[in-house]
Amino acid sequence: MAEQPVVEVRGISKHFGKGPTRVDALRGVSLDVYPGTVIGLKGPSGSGKSTLLNVIGCILEPSSGSMRLNGELVYDGKWLRADLRGLRLEKIGFIFQSHNLLPFLNAWENIAVTRILAGASPAQARIRAVELLTYLGIERRKDAMPGELSGGEAQRVAIARALANDPRIILADEPTAALDSQRAATVMDMLRKVAAEHRSAVIVVTHDEKIFDRFDHIYSLRDGALEPPAGAAAATPVLQ
Amino acid sequence: MNLALKDISHNLGRFLLTCLGLSLLLGIVLAMVGIYRGLVVESLGLVRAAGAQVWVVEGGTRGPFAEASRLPGDTREAIAAQWGVASAGGVSYQNIEAQHRGQTTRLMVVGAQIARPGEAPPVVEGRPILRSRYEAVADRGAGLALGEQIRLGRDTFTVVGLTSGLVASGGDPVIFITLRDAQKLQFDLAPAAARREYVRSAGATGTTDTVNAIVVRLLPGVDANRFAQDIVRWKHLAALTQDDQETVLARSVIDRARRQIGLFTSLLLTVSTVIVGLIIYTMTIDKKKAIATLKLIGAPDRRIVGLIVQQAIAMGVISFVAGAALIGAGHGYFPRRVVLEPADSLALFGVVMVACLLASGLGVRTALKIDPASALAG
Ligand SMILES: Nc1ncnc2c1ncn2[C@@H]1O[C@H](COP(=O)(O)OP(=O)(O)O)[C@@H](O)[C@H]1O
Ligand SMILES: [Mg+2]
Repeated sequence: MAEQPVVEVRGISKHFGKGPTRVDALRGVSLDVYPGTVIGLKGPSGSGKSTLLNVIGCILEPSSGSMRLNGELVYDGKWLRADLRGLRLEKIGFIFQSHNLLPFLNAWENIAVTRILAGASPAQARIRAVELLTYLGIERRKDAMPGELSGGEAQRVAIARALANDPRIILADEPTAALDSQRAATVMDMLRKVAAEHRSAVIVVTHDEKIFDRFDHIYSLRDGALEPPAGAAAATPVLQ
Repeated sequence: MNLALKDISHNLGRFLLTCLGLSLLLGIVLAMVGIYRGLVVESLGLVRAAGAQVWVVEGGTRGPFAEASRLPGDTREAIAAQWGVASAGGVSYQNIEAQHRGQTTRLMVVGAQIARPGEAPPVVEGRPILRSRYEAVADRGAGLALGEQIRLGRDTFTVVGLTSGLVASGGDPVIFITLRDAQKLQFDLAPAAARREYVRSAGATGTTDTVNAIVVRLLPGVDANRFAQDIVRWKHLAALTQDDQETVLARSVIDRARRQIGLFTSLLLTVSTVIVGLIIYTMTIDKKKAIATLKLIGAPDRRIVGLIVQQAIAMGVISFVAGAALIGAGHGYFPRRVVLEPADSLALFGVVMVACLLASGLGVRTALKIDPASALAG
């Protein structure tokens, strides 16, 4: 394979608590995600999906293993980078189950703020925000407050926000859970489009069988361990 | 894009309501400081109006503004004959209640000698007292008009002149009459028993002529301190320079007011700090998810801290400006004189800013403890 994986997870384990209350949320998980691919994470509740996503998002410190993001070794038994927030800001886009838009900013401001945090001027940030809203087909809603947006619109604004800084990695925890199947399909198609056009790695946690055919791979977690790839397009990794 | 202001305008009603309450508190603080300043100006006003360099008072006392001081009227002649004295005048001070236009008014009656130190300061209307009986110069604060008559004790006085802005330290307006009239007024108003005693002792010494102090002006080049020290050698007399007198007044009258007003001011500022702290804290709790999301996206802590501190500062600035405007517009309607000094407002502004910083501490602590991962949950 010519291209380096954007996400390389090697033998990552994570446990919570000690002694009799110890929970092994992840047990030696290894996973590669290549540029331009969209992978799914499924598994029963409590199987460790969110934990894995939080570890890859550098929000949660693993207990052991190593991890390389965008070619940079960021974890090897300990964090190797002090400025994890800076890393998140520049390299990782998050999409949440409930869109998590800031309630006091309107649609374009929600996107622009991410860009401004990364150092862009307010004018540049605004231009970029409107560009992204246009790209996702909701520029006419740019001045709406989050409370005025429908579920599908809000989720698209959230996707736009995740894309604001052109991240190499996009992490989504059940992004379609609150949407009907048609909207869910639209959101997945957008993520596929972004992955293809920006050469990003997209990891989506989902229970939603209706969208399983939109993934390049689907990984299944059970009791904190990955089962062999399964699902619609699992056999043949899609390369662009 | 200022997140603090965006969040404020999203919850504008609650924020402004808090600011309104806070501005009233800060307005009261400003008014109290202003009343204190007014008190200082007023209480020194009467002492300064006398134009004294040295105050000769009863031996062992600190003068009529601090305690009872009585000395024989003829002491004036003895003092006036001293080397270095340019002029000297006997004065008396007396708080009375007078019936005027069907209302009871409290007045500070100053008895002073015509054309001697201690007499009324230059009038703004009318003329000074020229006749030795039944003329008065009143301050405008007494509500008397030029030419009006007022009954004090058993006598009726005609207002021949008006001064402006002169009140006693208790807040009572001042009215000047001649020392002789004042001495009679004192006698008339004394209880019957005291009056009999008075007459007997007057019969013995041959006089009812007492004063509360003698106001002394010195010849150019004579040192007031040295002069005062010389006077103290006369056993039954004491002397204070004008500076001493102002200090005594500051200690006896103003210090208590300062302590009381200082106490209330610090209480109100503490209450204000608690209010700001609570509101900023609840605003932070309401934003928990937004803050977690910001952290998750990658906002540095200083952004989060800035968001909360700026809101506290905004609350302080808005409330202070509103409170100051309120007092600026309304201080004329206060029953006491309110003197607003820019330095006091500036100092209070500084204190409010520090209070807001302190108050934001709780919110900042809470915000810093929020786990970015909590943005993902639910
Ligand atoms: N902060 C935590 N403290 C203790 N246990 C946790 C914590 N987060 C997750 N767990 C536990 O780790 C396991 C995996 O959780 P999670 O990754 O949220 O599962 P999923 O997202 O697949 O439902 C569960 O047993 C959960 O109770
Ligand atoms: Mg989960």
